[in-house]
Amino acid sequence: MAQVQTRYIGFALAATLLAACGGSNTQPVTANNSSSNSSQTIQINGAGATFPYPIYSKWFSEYNKLHPNIQINYQSIGSGGGIQQVTNQTVFFGATDGPMNEEQLKAAPGPILHFPTVLGAVVPVYNIPGVTDELKFTGQVLADIYLGKIKKWNDAALAKLNPGVKLPATDVTIVHRSDGSGTTYIFVDYLSKVSPDFKTQVGVSTSVKWPVGVGGKGNEGVSGLVTQTPGSIGYVELIYALQNKIAFGPVQNADGEFVKASVDAVTKAAAAAATTMPPDFRVSITNATGAGAYPISSFTWLLFYEDPKDKAAGKVMVDFMRWALTDGQKYCADLGYAPLPGSVVMVEQAALDRIKVS
Amino acid sequence: MRSPDLGFRVSIGAFAAALLLVVIAIGFTLANDSWLSLQKFGLNFWRTSTWNPVSGEFGALPFIWGTLYSSVLALLIATPVALGIAVFISELCPRMLRTPLVFLTELLAAIPSIVYGLWGIFVLVPAVRGVETAMPASLRTLPLFSGPPLGVGMFAAALILAVMVVPFTSAVAREVLKTVPETQREAAYALGATRFEAIRAAIFFARTGIIGAVMLGFGRALGETMAVTMVIGNNPQVALSLFAPQYTMAAVIANEFTEAANALYLSALVEIGLVLFVITLAVNALSRALIWSMARQLPSKAAA
Repeated sequence: MAQVQTRYIGFALAATLLAACGGSNTQPVTANNSSSNSSQTIQINGAGATFPYPIYSKWFSEYNKLHPNIQINYQSIGSGGGIQQVTNQTVFFGATDGPMNEEQLKAAPGPILHFPTVLGAVVPVYNIPGVTDELKFTGQVLADIYLGKIKKWNDAALAKLNPGVKLPATDVTIVHRSDGSGTTYIFVDYLSKVSPDFKTQVGVSTSVKWPVGVGGKGNEGVSGLVTQTPGSIGYVELIYALQNKIAFGPVQNADGEFVKASVDAVTKAAAAAATTMPPDFRVSITNATGAGAYPISSFTWLLFYEDPKDKAAGKVMVDFMRWALTDGQKYCADLGYAPLPGSVVMVEQAALDRIKVS
Repeated sequence: MRSPDLGFRVSIGAFAAALLLVVIAIGFTLANDSWLSLQKFGLNFWRTSTWNPVSGEFGALPFIWGTLYSSVLALLIATPVALGIAVFISELCPRMLRTPLVFLTELLAAIPSIVYGLWGIFVLVPAVRGVETAMPASLRTLPLFSGPPLGVGMFAAALILAVMVVPFTSAVAREVLKTVPETQREAAYALGATRFEAIRAAIFFARTGIIGAVMLGFGRALGETMAVTMVIGNNPQVALSLFAPQYTMAAVIANEFTEAANALYLSALVEIGLVLFVITLAVNALSRALIWSMARQLPSKAAA
């Protein structure tokens, strides 16, 4: 089976990537351990999630400026592809927006460790003619909309949340992602936590069987449909909404507070989760508690083998992680990502020692 | 003299055999990699409509339906237009206009499908939505036009496919019409045919080639991915309504392949590819059979 998957990932790679990346993607590391590494160029390859691609490529290029002999290549082929490539050891590290499940971990030839790098969030966007006020949502209301239970914008549940907003009696058009995506994963993970009905009828995955609605491809597809379709609602990544100045509504968190997504609110959600962080960092922080915590937030992770075959590359990546978790976090703000809270960084710094580099 | 001849035959034969091998290899790889799904769902894969990656239930019917429905609709729209263009260029067009027209239709074929898709989202879909909302309520009760006016859906997909298919069909049909011997037209005129009748005779003479041109367009429509997925609405359902969001086989592979992280899911997606492969083969075989049967008729008619 492993071979079959490798072959297909190869196809996916060939299709997704520019020819420019040459043949380097399958050659794990070209490190030379015979002499001192300082003069040798070390190339390390990784693949996975598209969501953190902008910050990862920024990190790798900045890190290359600091250490000209280290070149880290990253191919954003999607979380699913990243997990498979790292499982098949065609790349040194993987990246994913949703943590690997037990079945996936078992399929790997050795223990894999998760390391959160930055945070992302998903926001509800809508387009209701005549409504200029910000609409407030609860998880329950969002779940009912996406289950097709709330059919009109003037539904009692929405009206109760938004007193004073004149909601029209028009149909709700539901827009979701058509492509498999970490954004969908975070969104349905949240809806499944707050609505038992949603959990049983839809469930959590990067692609799900939506009971209603139309699918748009990518954040741009969803936001394109929402801006064009009167009476529609969709969900997009926070970064995408911020960069494109798309209005979105606040969502009620587990403490009952309505929080509008922002970089700060997302970091707060992670800080709240830090106290109960499991040692393997595979944690969902949706529906977080705590003042100002935005409920539809998530970590995105890098994946490393606990006992990497290539020790030299392992050492380089551990050093890189220490830099990314500290100095690297300052690039978050410019690119719209939420930085990790200090408490999470501390735990991760300690956990990096688990990677066996000698 | 003889040995280079033999060498030529062998090498050319090897190229032809390579093509055959590639097709067989594709079929084999698709079947092999979708084994898990083939075993688990069997023939039910073709006739069930649930596509649920969470629970691991996969049925391809809505995708098969969406692919065939959108392609047939696209052909219905594109064929008259493409034939019109071909006939105009080859039979009626003033010499001055011919080159720019040929150039323009070929330009249409060279536009990347993602560009068609973006044009679809920002221009075509709002226009379709406008038509849908303007449609009188009495018509909206027909099953063909039911559902909310979303803009995205089967109709938008068929239109965009039609635009993409026209240059292919018209280019081939034009070349085929060019091969009609001048004597055919002259004979028609000599018998007192009008211009329309002479052109009709030429089209009749070239009909097998024209069907080939149409089938080429059909093949293109079956496999078109990016532009369709951007406007079809991506909702796996078997619906007759032109306004309902639906889904195609190529679109679901493009959408879900990168994130398909478990073996059965991946295997089901590969099986969709296999189904598309089989359907494309069947369509091509059918069109071949059609052309053969017509070609067989031709001499007997000429003799009669």
